[in-house]
Amino acid sequence: MVTVAKTGNEAMAEAMRQINPDVVAAYPITPATEIVMIFAGFVADGLVDTEFVAVESEHSAMSATLGASIAGARAMTATSSQGLALMYEILPIASALRAPIVMPEVNRALSGPINIHCDHSDTMGGRDFGWIHIFSENTQEAYDNVIQAVRIAEHASVRIPAMVTTDGFIISHCMERIETADDQDVKNFIGEYKRENSLLDTAHPITAGALDLQDYYFEHKRPVAEAMRNAKDVIIEIGKEFGKKFGRTYDLFEKYKLDDADIAIVVLGSTAGTARAVVDELRDKRVKAGMLKLRVFRPFPAAEIAAALSKTKAVAVMDRSDSFSSQGGPVFTEVRSALYEVPMKPKIVNFIYGLGGRDVKMNDINSVYDALQKIIKTGKVETAINYLGLRE
Amino acid sequence: MATLKELSKRKELFTPGHRACLGCGAAIIARQVMLAAQSSGAEIVVGCATGCLEVVSTIYPYTAWAVPFFHNAFENAAASMSGVEAAYNVLKRKGKLSKEMKFIVFGGDGGTYDIGFQSLSGAMERGHDLLYVCYNNEAYMNTSIQRSSATPLGANTTTAPVGKVKQGKEQFRKDLTECIVAHRVPYVAQTSVGFWADLTRKVEKALSIKGPKFINVLQPCQLGWGYPADQTIQMGKLAVDTCSWPIYEVENGVYKISYKPREKKPVTDYLKTQARFKHLFKPANAAILEKIQADTDIRWAELLKKAGEAPAS
Repeated sequence: MVTVAKTGNEAMAEAMRQINPDVVAAYPITPATEIVMIFAGFVADGLVDTEFVAVESEHSAMSATLGASIAGARAMTATSSQGLALMYEILPIASALRAPIVMPEVNRALSGPINIHCDHSDTMGGRDFGWIHIFSENTQEAYDNVIQAVRIAEHASVRIPAMVTTDGFIISHCMERIETADDQDVKNFIGEYKRENSLLDTAHPITAGALDLQDYYFEHKRPVAEAMRNAKDVIIEIGKEFGKKFGRTYDLFEKYKLDDADIAIVVLGSTAGTARAVVDELRDKRVKAGMLKLRVFRPFPAAEIAAALSKTKAVAVMDRSDSFSSQGGPVFTEVRSALYEVPMKPKIVNFIYGLGGRDVKMNDINSVYDALQKIIKTGKVETAINYLGLRE
Repeated sequence: MATLKELSKRKELFTPGHRACLGCGAAIIARQVMLAAQSSGAEIVVGCATGCLEVVSTIYPYTAWAVPFFHNAFENAAASMSGVEAAYNVLKRKGKLSKEMKFIVFGGDGGTYDIGFQSLSGAMERGHDLLYVCYNNEAYMNTSIQRSSATPLGANTTTAPVGKVKQGKEQFRKDLTECIVAHRVPYVAQTSVGFWADLTRKVEKALSIKGPKFINVLQPCQLGWGYPADQTIQMGKLAVDTCSWPIYEVENGVYKISYKPREKKPVTDYLKTQARFKHLFKPANAAILEKIQADTDIRWAELLKKAGEAPAS
C-alpha cells in the first residue's frame, strides 16, 4: 500500500495496469483519452501483458473488446460521451452475450451542442443496456471501483458488463492523494478469469450471437434482468471484502448524516463532496440536513434508498442530466418511484444541475436545502422540477 | 491445392439445414470456403456480419456452423474478429491456448463496402491475422434488395428503382478490392461463384499467409438479380466471361489475372439474363448500355496493365 498523487484518469489507468487485462481495444476521447494513453505507455514499457488494439473508432473499440471477451480474454476499454454513444449499439449485445467487460467511463455531456465537460447524460443515456453503473465521487473511489468491478462483473451469478464512472475534468483531471495497493494484492483480489462457453474452445464450438425470432428473444433477455438483480448483493459482498483487504468498505450508497435528517439531497459523483461540506455547515446551524450519495445506479437499489429516505420530510434529487421525459431527470424519476410504497413518504423535488460542466458551488447546494426547508415550512411544493444555476 | 476428391471427403463445417434461398450463391461460397480452409490443418473460427448468411444459418436454436461462430452486429465483423484474434494471440502467448487457429470473417457487400467499410479498413491497416471474405451479391439482399455501393450502374434495386424518371442506379460501383489493395496487405483477390477451384486455391493461399487477407467473391443472387434459381453457377461464369467481374489476385502488390476469357463476350450477354437490368434494353436506354460496356472495357484494360499484360487487340 502506498500513498500517491494521482488524477482520476491516472488512478483508473493504474488500476488497469494492476488488473493487467488480456486485451484492451480503445479509442481516445476527451476527457478519457489519458486513460488510454497512459495504458498504451504501460504496454510500450512492457509493464503489462496486454494485447492493445488501437482501433479506429469507439464502435470498433466495444466490438473488439466484446470479441475478445467472448474469446475468453479479460477485456477492458475506456471512453466518454460521444464515444459511449457510438458504443450504444453494442452495449446491449455485450450484456446479452454475458461478457464481463469493465469499462472506465469519464462522464462528459452528450452533444449537441458539443461540450467536453462533465455531466451524466452519457451514462444515463445508456442506462437501459444491461450494464452495471458504479459512480465514483473522487480519485480514490475511481481506483477502488475499477478493481471491484472486475470481481463484480465476473461473479458467477452476475456475468454482465460494468462501467465505472468519474466526473469529467472535475475528477478525471484532478490530482488527489490516494492509496494504491500492491500489485500482488490486486492480482490476488481479482483472481484469474475463466469464461464458461468460450468462442476459442474449439473442442466445444459455439455460435455466439444467433438470430432469435419471436419464440426465443424474450427468454434470452430475462437472464440479464436476473443477473442485474443478483448484482446488488454481489456488489455489497465485494464492497465488504474490499474493505477487509484494502481498508475501505463500499456499499450501494453512502449515507451522510442522513439517519435523523429532515431534509436531504440525493446526489451522484463529485458534487457529493461539495454537498458534504454544505451539510456540515447546516448542521452547525442545527439544521437537520443529510445527504445520500448514490454509488450504484444500476442495479437501482430502490428498497434500500426508500428505507434510507423514509424518515425525511423533504428530499431533493440532484440530476446531472435531463432525460427530457418532461417529468425531470432519470435519478429523480427512479428515486420517486422507489418512494411510492413508503406510507409516510417525504415530499420530493428535482434539481437538474451542472449540465455541460456548469459549476455547482456551495451556494447552489445551499439554495437547494433552502428550498427543502421552505417546502417543510409551507407543506407545499411550488416547483417539482428545478434547474439549478441556469440563466433563465 | 486440395483435389475435388479430397474436398469431397472433408467434413462439412457449413452444414446443410440452413434457410438460404434455392440456388443461393452465398451458401455455395460459405460451404466451399469452409472446405478449402481445412487445407490449413488449423482450427477454423468464423466471424460474420449481419446479413443473409448469418440470418439463414443461425436461427436459434439451430446453427449450420460446426465451428466456433461469432456474430456481433452489422458493421463490425472485422472489428469484432480483431478482438477475437487479439485474444487468441495473448492467450496463446500465456500458454492458455495451444491449438493453431485461423480466423475467417464473412460479410456481405452491405456489411463490407458500406456500413462495414471503416471496420474492415481498420482491421486491414492494423495487420490482424485474419481472412475477410466478402460474399458480394451487389445489394442489401437480406432486407429486400436495396442498393449498395457494390451495385452496378443501371441495376434496379428498391432504393434506386426504375420508375418514370429514373433508370435504376446512377453511379458505377465502388472498387472495394482496389481500396483494400491500397491498404498494402499481403493478399487480396477477386473471384466468382462457379470457379470453385479458383476460390479453393485462393482460400488456401490466403490462409497460408500471415496478416490481413481479403477475398471479394461475386455472388449471384437469384432473388435479387432475377434469374432462374438453377442458373447461379452459370451467372457467376458469365460475369467473368464478359469481364464484368474480373478474377485476379494481388500478392504483395503484384497483380495476377486468374482467368482470361478465351473470347471476351459483350456485357449485354450478361445483363440480358437478369431482371434487374431488363429495363436497359429499352431503346431509350441504349446509351446506358454503351456506358456500361465502355466502363467495363476501361477497367479491364486497367487491370491488364497492372498485371503487365498486353491489352486484347
